[in-house]
Amino acid sequence: MTAVDGIDFDIDRGEIVGIVGESGSGKTMTALSILRLIPEPGKITSGRILFGEKDVAQMTDEEIREFRGNDVAMIFQDPMTSLNPVLRVGFQVEEAMAAHKRFSTQQSRDRVIPLLQRVRIPAAKDRVRDFPHQFSGGMRQRAMIAMGVSNQPSLLIADEPTTALDVTVQASIIELVRDLSRELRAAVMLITHNMALVASLCNRVIVMYAGRIVEEGPTRSIFKNPQHPYTWSLLRSMPRLDETEKERLISIKGLPPDLGRMPPGCKFHPRCKFRIDRCMTEEPPLGEVDPGQMARCWVLMKNVQDPEAVAQK
Amino acid sequence: MSAEAAQPTQPTPQATITAATDPTVKKPLLRIENLVKYFPAGGGLFTRNVVHAVDGVDLAIASGETLGLVGESGCGKSTLGRVIVRLQPATSGHVYFKDVDLTATRGEKLRRTRQQIQMIFQDPYASLNPRMTVGDIVAEPLKNFGVARGRKAEQRVQEVMRVVGLNPNFVNRYPHEFSGGQRQRIGIARALVLNPTFIVADEPVSALDVSIQAQIVNLMEDLQSKFDLTFLFIAHDLSVVRHISDRIAVMYLGKIVEIGPGNAIRDKPLHPYTKVLESSVPVPDPDLEAARKPILLKGEIPSPVSPPAACRFHTRCPIAQQICSEVEPPLEKKADGRFAACHFPGQL
Repeated sequence: MTAVDGIDFDIDRGEIVGIVGESGSGKTMTALSILRLIPEPGKITSGRILFGEKDVAQMTDEEIREFRGNDVAMIFQDPMTSLNPVLRVGFQVEEAMAAHKRFSTQQSRDRVIPLLQRVRIPAAKDRVRDFPHQFSGGMRQRAMIAMGVSNQPSLLIADEPTTALDVTVQASIIELVRDLSRELRAAVMLITHNMALVASLCNRVIVMYAGRIVEEGPTRSIFKNPQHPYTWSLLRSMPRLDETEKERLISIKGLPPDLGRMPPGCKFHPRCKFRIDRCMTEEPPLGEVDPGQMARCWVLMKNVQDPEAVAQK
Repeated sequence: MSAEAAQPTQPTPQATITAATDPTVKKPLLRIENLVKYFPAGGGLFTRNVVHAVDGVDLAIASGETLGLVGESGCGKSTLGRVIVRLQPATSGHVYFKDVDLTATRGEKLRRTRQQIQMIFQDPYASLNPRMTVGDIVAEPLKNFGVARGRKAEQRVQEVMRVVGLNPNFVNRYPHEFSGGQRQRIGIARALVLNPTFIVADEPVSALDVSIQAQIVNLMEDLQSKFDLTFLFIAHDLSVVRHISDRIAVMYLGKIVEIGPGNAIRDKPLHPYTKVLESSVPVPDPDLEAARKPILLKGEIPSPVSPPAACRFHTRCPIAQQICSEVEPPLEKKADGRFAACHFPGQL
């Protein structure tokens, strides 16, 4: 089975890129491949992952260990399962630094409380000796972020970092990620299914479907002028808080394809209301539709007359 | 007070209008008065702690409307839903359905009333018995209430499966053969099979992918107009709640802090907590987002075992004054059909 197929993208320093897609679209697999953390028996069969000049796929075990944590840090959805429940939070943050030897033992120890303060854990001096279960969900995610940024990585991968959190907590975590990316001049890769979150945080968006990039471009272009029918439908399928008149949501019929039984042609064509005959036999390439914006579609939304009416049919 | 509010079942005529006796709610199908639900929460041999999950809720739901109940984890919204359908007994207070007090009724009368009230659950994986076929799952309420059996039950099951968009030929399949969205349709079919008038939907779309969410939201809207259903739609997502609801009730730590028409709640929140919620929800528009700034709350949500005195939000409220920690603001009627429990409504 091919979970991720022919993904090409780059992220610059200081840039926040959103990778959006539904369950099974391959967004997490893409992130895990960057860290070479794909669960067995999965593997990267072809392609290169360049970090600066280095190819991650060719790194030795020693190099990859250095690379993880030092250059790239990952924040996961569920902070409770990523933290060790029997070790104090402060110790775990210190351990993250000790493992990578960028700082001396004493330096690591001294950095713990400032790090916890930096991720805005209140009363960090007292909370440093707490165990993870004494932290709320939001605080645990902050502690995870503290561990992530402890070695000053240049790329931070956040995989659904706020999905398990309440919306008021989510807002504060997003603010924190925004500030940290500025302070550290780090690149951030935000993996999420939440388009609204992307609109609020990201400079650039990559939309994935069935293991492929179907559209990418600057956030504003993607939201104001989506060209792939999947992106367009996704944006109209979600209820928005700013909706003025009650509009019927656009639902995308059916389900994403089974990885073991991919349809021929465009992988979205079985669910696409705008398809033409060519879509069923020939897979479109990712082509430029506007400066900086690419879409993988034979039709493109700008060529569709009255898309709302077509989609509601 | 209007004639509408003077319900024959009202135990004592009340001088003040509460959210339960709101005269702007025409033909209330459900009326909740001072509903309380406490859970034991351990404690020692001599001290007994209780979780104040629902702590004095007044509410009225009009026939045919969708009332959205929104709040964050642990605010008591699911407990409120479960107490209404009597999955859990109330600690005190009343739930009137039409003219029957569900908290004080037993036996045959309760069964007959309960039949008109159904529930849709959040997790379409956990709420369907994996050892039962879809046909048996959907038919179960018919058997439980002795409504239909045999050939008649089969026909009704197939009919209701068609209504929710499931292929009736799938009656002999098991839940694991269906996707999340289809399973939620099975749950909806089970809720519909008895022809209920009132449905409590507890986070019915939050476990689903966005494109599937829209299918279920549209289905619920269609079913409502087709069968004249009344919904209590419980969810944490203000965007979904506002889309589907006529009115919205906002809950914080066991209490309703604000009730009002959906657009009014969004455009002009009266309670500071509603304002904070509204400002925290991102909208899928980068230009709007660049101009918005979420109001960040200080601290954590207090424990419902020992909620703060007076206004429960005062420990985190950006505009709290002395009085907020001393006097509890009642959920009072304000302008344009709204209720808010705040000493300084609309000031954040």
